[in-house]
Order: sequence, then C-alpha cells, then structure tokens
Amino acid sequence: MVNLVGYKDLVVGDRVIEPGSSEKFHTGDWRSVVPTIDSSICIDCLTCWIYCPDDCILVQDDKVVGIKTTHCKGCGICSKVCPKHAITMKEDFS
Amino acid sequence: MTSKVGKDIAINGDSAVALAWKQIDPDVCAAYPITPQTIIVERFSEYVANGEATTEFVDVESEHSALTLCTTACSAGARTFTATASQGLAYMWEMLPITAAMRVPIIMAVANRTVSGPININNDHGDVMSARDTGWLSIFAENVQEAYDMSVIAPKIAEHPEVQLPCLVNLDGFILTHAIERMTPLESQEVKKFVGPFKPQYPLLDTDHPVTHNLMDGPLYYFPHKYQTVLAMKKAHDVAEDVFAEYAKISGRQYHQLEKYMCDDAEIVAIVLGSSFGTMKEAVDRLRDEGMSVGVAMPRVFRPWPAKEIAALMKGKKAVIVMDRHLSIGAYGPMFPEVCAAGTCNKEMPAMYNFIYGLGGADTMVSDFMSVFKIVSEGKADKVNFVGVKA
Repeated sequence: MVNLVGYKDLVVGDRVIEPGSSEKFHTGDWRSVVPTIDSSICIDCLTCWIYCPDDCILVQDDKVVGIKTTHCKGCGICSKVCPKHAITMKEDFS
Repeated sequence: MTSKVGKDIAINGDSAVALAWKQIDPDVCAAYPITPQTIIVERFSEYVANGEATTEFVDVESEHSALTLCTTACSAGARTFTATASQGLAYMWEMLPITAAMRVPIIMAVANRTVSGPININNDHGDVMSARDTGWLSIFAENVQEAYDMSVIAPKIAEHPEVQLPCLVNLDGFILTHAIERMTPLESQEVKKFVGPFKPQYPLLDTDHPVTHNLMDGPLYYFPHKYQTVLAMKKAHDVAEDVFAEYAKISGRQYHQLEKYMCDDAEIVAIVLGSSFGTMKEAVDRLRDEGMSVGVAMPRVFRPWPAKEIAALMKGKKAVIVMDRHLSIGAYGPMFPEVCAAGTCNKEMPAMYNFIYGLGGADTMVSDFMSVFKIVSEGKADKVNFVGVKA
C-alpha cells in the first residue's frame, strides 16, 4: 500500500505539481492474480516485455528476471502472448 | 485627499455589475447572453470594444462553453468573470462542481430567473438553488447598489489564498437587473486598489513550474479533496467578515453575513433572500406601526451558510418564518431545512414556518408579506404555505 497523503498535505484543487508522480501510485494494489514465470520454460524472447502495458516485466542482460509487483495490475496479457506458455496467472491476495 | 466615492448615478442592476467589472478590468470574460443577464455582457462588451477595459472578451457558442473556457482561463492564471441566468446556469451545471473542485476563483453574476418549465423568464431563485451544493460561494444583493458592491467584494473573498473558490453574485432578474435605481459607485482607482492584482495558485502558464490540473481522483483522494473545499468554505466565512469591514472603510457601507432588520427585540422574524428583503423591511415597518413585534433578516452570504449567525438570530424567538423563492417539489423550500438545521444548535426551537412565494416572477407586495406575518401571529399558518396562488 502506498503512503497516502491526507487533506492537510494534499495540494489543493486536484492538482499535481511534480512530474512523474504516477510512479508513486501503486496500481499493483488492484491486482488479484499475479504472473508467475517458469524460468525453466522461458526462452527470454521478451514478447511479454513488448506487450506489457505497464512496463512491469523486469529484464536484466536481455533475460526476464521477474515482475514489478508495485505496478503490475495482473491483466494477464504476458501470459496470453507467451509462445512457450511459461507464464501462469496465480491468485494473489497479498 | 481625493474622493474615494464617485458621483451618484442612475443605473440598472445589470449595468451596475458591468460597471464594477469595467473598474476591476478582469483578464478574461466569456459569456453567453440570456435574459435577464444580457445587459451585463452587452454593456461590458461595449466597454471592451471602446478600450475602457482591457479584458479578452470571448464570444462562445453556449453557456457550457462559457464556463469551460472561464475555468481553463482561470487555471491558466487569468482573473476571469462570467454571467448567466436560469437555463444558462442549468446548462453550465455540469461544470459547476468541477470549477469549484479545481479551486479556480471565477466570479459569476447570476441574474436570478426561474428554471423552466413551464417556460418563464421572470425572477425566482430556482437557478441559483440548483447550484447550492456545488462548492461555489454565493452572495445575494438586495438592490442595485448592492449588486455593484457585491461585484466589487466577490473577487476579494473568492481569490483569498485560503479560499480559492468560485463565487456567484446573485441579483434578482428584472427586479434588480432591469430596474433603474440611484447608486453611488466607487472611483475606479479605489476599486482596483481594493481588489488588488490577481495572484493565481499553480497557474498552467507558469511554465517554469509545470503542473497538471483536474486529475482523475480515486476514492482515496476524492474525499480529502472535498474536505479541503469544506475547509475553504469555512475560511470564506471569516474572510467575508474581514472584506466587508475593509469595504466599509472605503465605501461607508457595512455589510454582514446575515443582514438583520428590527430583529433584536422581535418575537417573529422572517428570513428572506435578495430584493424581497427590501419589501419585507417595509412590511416590518408598517406592522411595527400597528404594534406587532416583527423583524426580517437576509443571509447576505448564502454559501458558506451563516449557521452560527442564524442560530443566534433564532434564539428566544416565538416563530421563525422562512421565505423561499424556490421549491423542492414534494418537500420544502430550499432554505427552510437549512434554517431549521441551524436552529438545532439552540436548546429550544421557535415555531418554524415555510412560505413559498413569488415563483416565476409572481409579484409579492408589501401587503402580501404583511399577511405572512399576520397569518403566523394568528396561528393560522401551515408548515409549508404558498403566498398568493390564485384559486
């Protein structure tokens, strides 16, 4: 859960006065299912990385290393597009 | 010392508002003409065309566009005025709560006219009452002088750094908008000095400090933002008091949140809005001559609702009459429940009566208001009464 700003500190008038603040809004809170990658099947084709609408496939040295849980909403697109069916969506109520 | 007060002039309410606007000289004005507000924008556009005001006057295709343009212009950092009435305000309605939530202090004159139907262009408060829950400040004028004075005062309250809310300046359609009365305006430089320069908060045109306005607000932020508006309204109550005192110094005219006439020793008081306050004062005078102990009050500032002042007014009264020039069909007039609610702060409630009058411009004379007091005093009033509906 992201640290919420209360009425005392919130900028008045429904305004955001700093750039890039959507990073702070953890849309991962909305998730009920989480992509789980079986690295023994994954061929690091990065199709999931291309399709992920929230830039939540973590890649290091051209290899898929995990999911950015703070912003992954659990939409399941990565799982659908994976040519090797290496990604399954598992229930996640954390 | 140069005079702060100008020469007396004969002027109608709409033109008086336009004169105040010319003297303030806002940055932007977008408006769409509608009876009985038309004279305001007509007269003001003449001032702009003649070079007497430097305002960017934008002709728009509808009231919805007018308020949308004003809201964005004010967000950009411009002091912005508009005016409307009736269906025009109804057409703007979608934008009203948005403007308030964006905390842009636009000033809007409302030439109060009923909302159709049946189709009618005359005065009642149906238009502005539909805006009462939207987060706009709302100020009422009793006569042409006050229509002018409130137009000068409104920006000073609305633009206060801790208020930053849009403001409706109400004047009764035709009764004030088109009636010529004697009025004493201030000198233009006094008005400019009083209102001061516009200091926008987080303006969009301040490109050194980029900001985003009017965002999607999830449940987690919507309520805190609304609560901030509640606090701003509360603040506006104090600010209005200070601004009225400041205005009295330059104009000699002292206004109050709740204007009272012969109320202190009265057994029965009436509460009324707008031009009828004047008519009721005359009714009170005549009844006092007959030995009746009556008084009348007007919430000058309708939003923020002066609950404390109204509770104090109601203390120890035998009966309180709430005169509503609008009606929530199937319930009461809009002001009646609010007065009752204010009264619950006291230990004892007076007998409460609601009188609906003057809908669609129905003439309500001094004699009508006198009989309202008499009906109540004789114990013949219902909870909700209708003044002068022909059988």
